[in-house]
Amino acid sequence: MRTLLAFPVILLSVILQSSVVSGVRLLSGTADLPLVMLAAWALWDEVDAVWHWAIATAILVGFVSGVSWVVFMAGYVAVVALARVFRMRVWQAPLLAMFSVTFLGTILIHLFTLLSLRLTGVTIPFQDAFGLLVLPGILLNLLLAIPVYAVMRDLARWVYPSPEVE
Amino acid sequence: MALALGGYFSSASNVFTDTLINIQFWFSSRFVALQDFLTAPRDIVSLRQQNAELQNEVAELQAQVIQLQQQVGETQILAALVDFSRARPENTYKAAAVIGRDPSPFLHYVIINRGSNDGILRGMPVVTDQGLVGRVDAVIADAARIQLITDPASNVNVRLQNAGVEASLVGSVTGDVNLDLIPQDANLETGDLVLTSGLGGGYPPDLIVGQVINIRSRDFDLFQRATVQPVVDFTRLQIVLVIVNFKPVDISPLLPAP
Repeated sequence: MRTLLAFPVILLSVILQSSVVSGVRLLSGTADLPLVMLAAWALWDEVDAVWHWAIATAILVGFVSGVSWVVFMAGYVAVVALARVFRMRVWQAPLLAMFSVTFLGTILIHLFTLLSLRLTGVTIPFQDAFGLLVLPGILLNLLLAIPVYAVMRDLARWVYPSPEVE
Repeated sequence: MALALGGYFSSASNVFTDTLINIQFWFSSRFVALQDFLTAPRDIVSLRQQNAELQNEVAELQAQVIQLQQQVGETQILAALVDFSRARPENTYKAAAVIGRDPSPFLHYVIINRGSNDGILRGMPVVTDQGLVGRVDAVIADAARIQLITDPASNVNVRLQNAGVEASLVGSVTGDVNLDLIPQDANLETGDLVLTSGLGGGYPPDLIVGQVINIRSRDFDLFQRATVQPVVDFTRLQIVLVIVNFKPVDISPLLPAP
């Protein structure tokens, strides 16, 4: 049941990303709602079904996007791995861990996309990509991180209620 | 009686009536105040209720106005598209609504609500009443993904109407479109209209793409370059037309291998 919950949540995030978030541009960059959502979800100790979420999100976003699904698979799995590492290292400051994972995850997924496009023959100047897409994308993702973190925290508490202490 | 009729009591009578009136006024004003105090709460409750009802009504009417304005906007777009399709009876069009954009900011794609069930195939050109939008990149049963001409991977063969030369139109990550491979001897001017040439078989000829707004010509370059202002506003795409009777030609087998 807990694993099945992933599908409506991921579907909603991908729909929102495609219809709303992609339309809000800063220079040429946009936020990545599924990435931020995955990072927030993976930072919770109680959450065990997180790799399924990453794979399902990658398949769904890859299905909608013109970029190869391999990029999203590598990117989202890397974000979850980062979140799991940061959860152990920065456990006393979850919001700091959230920002760190969002920052590094955005850079990683943009790097993978650039590499993938270069392999398919689309050359994008690195300076343009960094200044117009990566930096604004990082800023937007960091702005999105706070509300998404709060929502995913409530969702995690609802799905994985902590046992009553007597 | 005689004294009264003679007006000798008038001052005394005035003092008496003034006193009476003042007393009457004092009682009357206190009564009205008391009455207000007792009845006002009921009025406030009913007024609040009326106010809430009116506010709801206003909200409903405002929603209706927004809905109607949206319908008017859509009708205007559809009317323009119908005019466009009537002006070009040689093409068969299928109208589609734009329902999303590519999640990745690196690519400029939109998603439409028509797919293979509506006869849409990969490679079909997509236009609006203003001009060329792009072409179908991928199709599923009820949706399709359109590669816009602003996409960095997009390449459209075009011709400049006044200069009479052909060139290649390429997109970029910023959404700007540039003309490349313009011969050095071509006499380019700003404002020159850019149309599809039909070369390569990817697009039908004579679709309007945009206007030249900036020319970069240097003596030591092989070709001139130019920036084009597209006629279509890609940020406000709502409804597009897919040219369903155009069969794109795949010339890739004819190209020499690198």
